[in-house]
Amino acid sequence: MPLKLLVTVKRVEDPESRIRARPDGTGIVTDGVNYKMNPFDEIAVEEALRLKEKHGGEVVVASIGGAAAMVELRAALAMGADRGLLVRHDGALDPGVGSALLQALVAQERPDLVLLGKQAIDDDQNQTGQMLAARLGWPQATFASKKESLESEAEQKKQPGVVLAADGGRALVVREVDGGVETLDVALPAVVTVDLRLNKPRFASLPGIMKAKKKEVREIPAASLGVELAPAVVVRRLFDPPRRQAGVKVADVAELWTRLHAEAKVL
Amino acid sequence: MAARLFKGAEYLITEATKDDVFTPEDFTEEQRQIAHTADQFVRDDVTPVLDRLEHQEPGLSAALMRKAGEAGLLMIDAPEAYGGLALDKATSMLAAERMGAAGAFSVSYAAHSGIGTLPLVYYGTEAQKDRYLSKLVTGEWSAAYCLTEPEAGSDALGGKTTATLTPDGKHYVLDGTKQFITNGSFADLFTVFARIDKKHFTAFLVERSTPGLTVGPEEKKLGIKGSSTTSVIFEGAQVPVENVLGEIGKGHKIAFNVLNVGRFKLGAAVTGAAKLAFRTGAAYANARKQFGVPIARFGAIQEKLADLTAGIFAAESLVYRLAGLIDDRLATIPKDTAGYYEAYQQGIEEYAIECAIAKVFCSEVLADVVDEVVQIHGGYGFIQEYPAEKYYRDERINRIFEGTNEINRLLVPGTILRRAMKGELPLQREAMKALEGLMTPSLDELDPSLPFAAERAVLGGLKKTFLVVSGAAVQRYAEGLKDEQEVLLALADVAIQIFAIESALLRAEKISPRLTESLRADAAAAVKVHTFAAVEKIAAAARRAAFYVAEGDTLTVLLGGIRRYTKYDATGLLPAKRRLAAAALESERYPL
Repeated sequence: MPLKLLVTVKRVEDPESRIRARPDGTGIVTDGVNYKMNPFDEIAVEEALRLKEKHGGEVVVASIGGAAAMVELRAALAMGADRGLLVRHDGALDPGVGSALLQALVAQERPDLVLLGKQAIDDDQNQTGQMLAARLGWPQATFASKKESLESEAEQKKQPGVVLAADGGRALVVREVDGGVETLDVALPAVVTVDLRLNKPRFASLPGIMKAKKKEVREIPAASLGVELAPAVVVRRLFDPPRRQAGVKVADVAELWTRLHAEAKVL
Repeated sequence: MAARLFKGAEYLITEATKDDVFTPEDFTEEQRQIAHTADQFVRDDVTPVLDRLEHQEPGLSAALMRKAGEAGLLMIDAPEAYGGLALDKATSMLAAERMGAAGAFSVSYAAHSGIGTLPLVYYGTEAQKDRYLSKLVTGEWSAAYCLTEPEAGSDALGGKTTATLTPDGKHYVLDGTKQFITNGSFADLFTVFARIDKKHFTAFLVERSTPGLTVGPEEKKLGIKGSSTTSVIFEGAQVPVENVLGEIGKGHKIAFNVLNVGRFKLGAAVTGAAKLAFRTGAAYANARKQFGVPIARFGAIQEKLADLTAGIFAAESLVYRLAGLIDDRLATIPKDTAGYYEAYQQGIEEYAIECAIAKVFCSEVLADVVDEVVQIHGGYGFIQEYPAEKYYRDERINRIFEGTNEINRLLVPGTILRRAMKGELPLQREAMKALEGLMTPSLDELDPSLPFAAERAVLGGLKKTFLVVSGAAVQRYAEGLKDEQEVLLALADVAIQIFAIESALLRAEKISPRLTESLRADAAAAVKVHTFAAVEKIAAAARRAAFYVAEGDTLTVLLGGIRRYTKYDATGLLPAKRRLAAAALESERYPL
């Protein structure tokens, strides 16, 4: 059964850039900061492409943000996604608003599976997928992973980690939990958020990049989706963490104990 | 698209503006993505196996070539009809630059996608392209280029390999030995140059499986040990007549034209290698403590990082300016016409001088970078556990292959003078003007408050320096100048440094309005630091040439002119260096 897959692609700061808080605390210094696709989303795109390669269907990638997010959508299209949706929204976004906008997209697109990165590496909230499933009343499987290692043969063959039942109505998702993995059996349609060890994303081939130029990306004004756009969670102030003080060397255990007790007051 | 289409070497006599140059900041989103793919390929597929490559693990280079093919990195220059992407030279150079971080595999890649594949693209018949090109663009087959012989290195046409037609007229029998062939141990297709009947220099496409073709053992090299370099021996190797590439007796055209692109590509690749080595140096400077502080705090270290940053900025500016020049010219040729590749070749040949400049300048920037990165590491730079040692060894070949830097230097004034004599470049007229200018006091003072006023002012003078000194050299030696290599080398240094200074300056002028204040100041600092160093080199080379070609009053006039025309007000040089160093140390990479 061909699958329709909706995948989120968020534009985030490249962690290799130097990130500093603005002195007035209103955000980060964007000078010299590079952007990229959220690495967890990249894994979600890869999983969707593998599912499509195995079962057929369509991979639709979606982003919420300014015009610049087109770059990351094109990057996902260059990996092989079929078309893109850009919800134009320039204001602040929290998982509540993000998941509500995605819910509206799901209503339009009616996918069998929504794949999201488990979190975006900008503010690491790890809530959007869960909230989206709750809003839709769909089953959710978070932190999708797989039993095989990323060096395994299955990974070399680029097999999807999410396993569909023969009738296409259910999916088995292996997920990471403390101390191991567990397998969930979810009915479709469902929301799956992906973890780091699910797959190793392909990089866009040059022909893929050239083809992506011609693929459709539809821009949708956020205001047209009938969603309350004011975020419930607002960042009041952003500041750099305090610099770590240099440590001290102690001569022996006795001195360590004394200092922990008298100076650090932890014992 | 540039405002004007500059001819080759025209930069020496015409003032260019910022709208005449292409810069790395002009790349499209697709080009940036292609660069990203090349970065990912290097990071994920090449870097983890560099050690195994270094030990010549059999099959590994060919496997990487196939992976590069899967990523599409071998398709850039090939026409679409044969599975290629027919992208422009700027994209090709961008990919080569990023692949420059792939160590020895960068050399394998360049040999395959450049000199290995391009002769077939440019000169192959449809049948030849059908048979081979689609295999080369996917990496299913690897390619090698066989020009050098034991007794024919720089004297590339002096090879002794022969080709003799069999009595039935169906084959050429090749006999001879090719040497230092990159990709020799695993290449499937060899472009081989041989003389038919010991006379007609001709190129042949030779398959590896050809009986009579054997590949020698791996050479043990100083650097790029992870690339394959072997001899290729032909003993009665029968090559079908259909595999003659291009016209019989016109092999030299193929050999030299393809080298133009090879040199240009090398300029891009070494710039990528320079950025990689630079990262290591900047990171080490921050990490290494002496006297209780990171050595990055010391001016001695900061000055190195500043000078190297400025050098890389110039190299980058120069390579992509050249890409823009070539792309703009090639874009004027109507596609899908019978004479397309003929015109295409001429379009590239037009910039043979700039291609040689790119090769020399960028390889010498890399040489400076790896040398100073070892130095920054101190004793650890000499130890193999640290990457600086390998960067240092791997660099050395770049000043030798694709034409030694001496051959390329000689080619610069040699070609300029030849074109001037043919009337293609009004050098004599401009030289006369410059000479007259020497006799009159200078009036054209530039408004010093304008950005880059000092650089603009000296640039005009530097061009006059070249004209005056080369004019004196021609006066002294006339046609015989072509044999006065010491003079030609000095003139080359002047011409090369002018192109570098101008490329960096025009790029900074072009991109400044788009940059944040801080980056704009970084770019201005890079221009100042580079201009200062390059002007010093030009003044020294010009004086050297003056002493070689003139004496008495003429010499006095020349030296006076050089003094006047190479005056550069580098006020603020030290703060500029410290600024560049700070930027490099903060980002721990080439900061621009």
